[in-house]
Amino acid sequence: MFSKTLHISTSPHIRQGMSTDMIMRNVVYAMLPLVVFSVVSFGLNALLVIITAVASSVLTEHALCRWSGKSSTVSDWSAVITGILLGLTLPPIFPLWMTFLGGVVSIAIGKFVFGGLGSNAFNPALVGRAFLQAAFPVAITTWHPSFLEGRFYSISKSVAAFPFSTPVVDGISGATPLSAFKFDKVTADTADLAFGFISGSTGETSAVLIILGGIYLAVRKMMNWRIPVAILTTVFVLSWILHIIDNQVYPSPEFMLFSGGLMLGAVFMATDMVGSPITPRGVVVYGVFIGLIVVVIRIWGGLPEGVMYAILLGNALTPHIDNLIRPRVYGTKKTKS
Amino acid sequence: MTPTKTTDLKADPSSTDEFIKGLWRENPVFVQVLGMCPTLAVSNSAINALAMGLATAFVLIMSNVLVSSLRNFIPKQVRIASYILIIATFVTMVDYAIQAISVDLHKNLGAFISLIVVNCLILSRAEAFASKNTIGKSALDALGMGLGFVFALFCLGAVREILGNASIFGITVFPESFQEWIIMILPAGGFFTLAFWLFLFNNYKLKKAKA
Repeated sequence: MFSKTLHISTSPHIRQGMSTDMIMRNVVYAMLPLVVFSVVSFGLNALLVIITAVASSVLTEHALCRWSGKSSTVSDWSAVITGILLGLTLPPIFPLWMTFLGGVVSIAIGKFVFGGLGSNAFNPALVGRAFLQAAFPVAITTWHPSFLEGRFYSISKSVAAFPFSTPVVDGISGATPLSAFKFDKVTADTADLAFGFISGSTGETSAVLIILGGIYLAVRKMMNWRIPVAILTTVFVLSWILHIIDNQVYPSPEFMLFSGGLMLGAVFMATDMVGSPITPRGVVVYGVFIGLIVVVIRIWGGLPEGVMYAILLGNALTPHIDNLIRPRVYGTKKTKS
Repeated sequence: MTPTKTTDLKADPSSTDEFIKGLWRENPVFVQVLGMCPTLAVSNSAINALAMGLATAFVLIMSNVLVSSLRNFIPKQVRIASYILIIATFVTMVDYAIQAISVDLHKNLGAFISLIVVNCLILSRAEAFASKNTIGKSALDALGMGLGFVFALFCLGAVREILGNASIFGITVFPESFQEWIIMILPAGGFFTLAFWLFLFNNYKLKKAKA
């Protein structure tokens, strides 16, 4: 598009042509393989959970924008991402009414009360999940084995629980590798963990697909690759040291790396542009902090998984990191500290 | 503005106003946001909230009356210490009274009964109102503020107990299959519920101001 009108503006004059909704759309593309894999491994239940999460996020965003008299910001795709991320972090047989509530909390409390996209201090999807974790601790830790027969045409009773009623678990439930390790000291095979032949949240099982999505975003420069690298390296090194100290008590570093929501969190949630630091050095501090908290919660905490809390704490630390670590202004002298 | 000075409380329009303002316009929790510590900590069930509110209201009324009646005798330099002493006296009374009525309730409220001493609502009413106004007006002010506090705490406690425990005053209100929202009886639920009520109040006030 070339306008013949003389256009006067301040710098920058050269634009990259990258817009918010374009980046967001690409994040959605990077997550699509995960959605497909979760439907393949958990069937209709997972599909319903993810669709409900997306629908409730988008509806809430639209309703709140309309209500506050603004034009709807649904078209920037950020609500869709929040919805997909929320759906991917929930157990595959999570009741739909709870999923819907989670989507509403994510957008309304996690994002909108702060002033919408760009002003939210915390990752909205994780705010929603943290709310659900505190409100319904039993339902959110009721896992389901993957690759069951008949998963494409049957819906779990738990998923279809009537709104506001307690979900009924229909017999089949399975522990995640992390909870199995935490409570029974059983570790899973690394190959199964990496390719996703395990139980867990809908989107966290296949580490390989998550890494591929991350590489896609990193190559297109739509994600700061330093964040996942810093987090994963910290977790790997720390758990490796612990494993050397006592390999009976502490799990192997590969197990720590590929199990649970670590990959999903490190690649798609900690990299949220709003909640992570700006400077390259700040980002490393942020990643190391998250990795440290993940290891502390997993090894010494009461919960089997702590990625969610680690990232939320990292988000809380971000403004302080940005305050302390500032880039040197071009042309000025290096200051001490 | 009151047109004439009068000693008759009923004829003075500002006296009823002193009572009404605490209930709504200057509600201690929803408008002044005072006394957050007990508001958030012990509003996890309707009965706890009500007991806490009534205990605070009692201390508030008694201390306001006493502070007001002693306002010309208390030297300015030691007034805060004197107020605290007066408030602490009534808190001790309430503490023993609650223990006599119900040991379980006393256990539930725990340290927060003793902490009424440092409730900023009571101290602020003593300092800002009772030390400058007549006994009658101070009593009405304390009654209004006290009831406003009870009302606010009950609003929080009721919502938290209904959602978090599916009951109100211990009586089940939902069918067996209702899924309790555990978060509501956890400390985090206190913040969410308070924010929700503050939102409703502010929204209502904004709409009224526009109209």
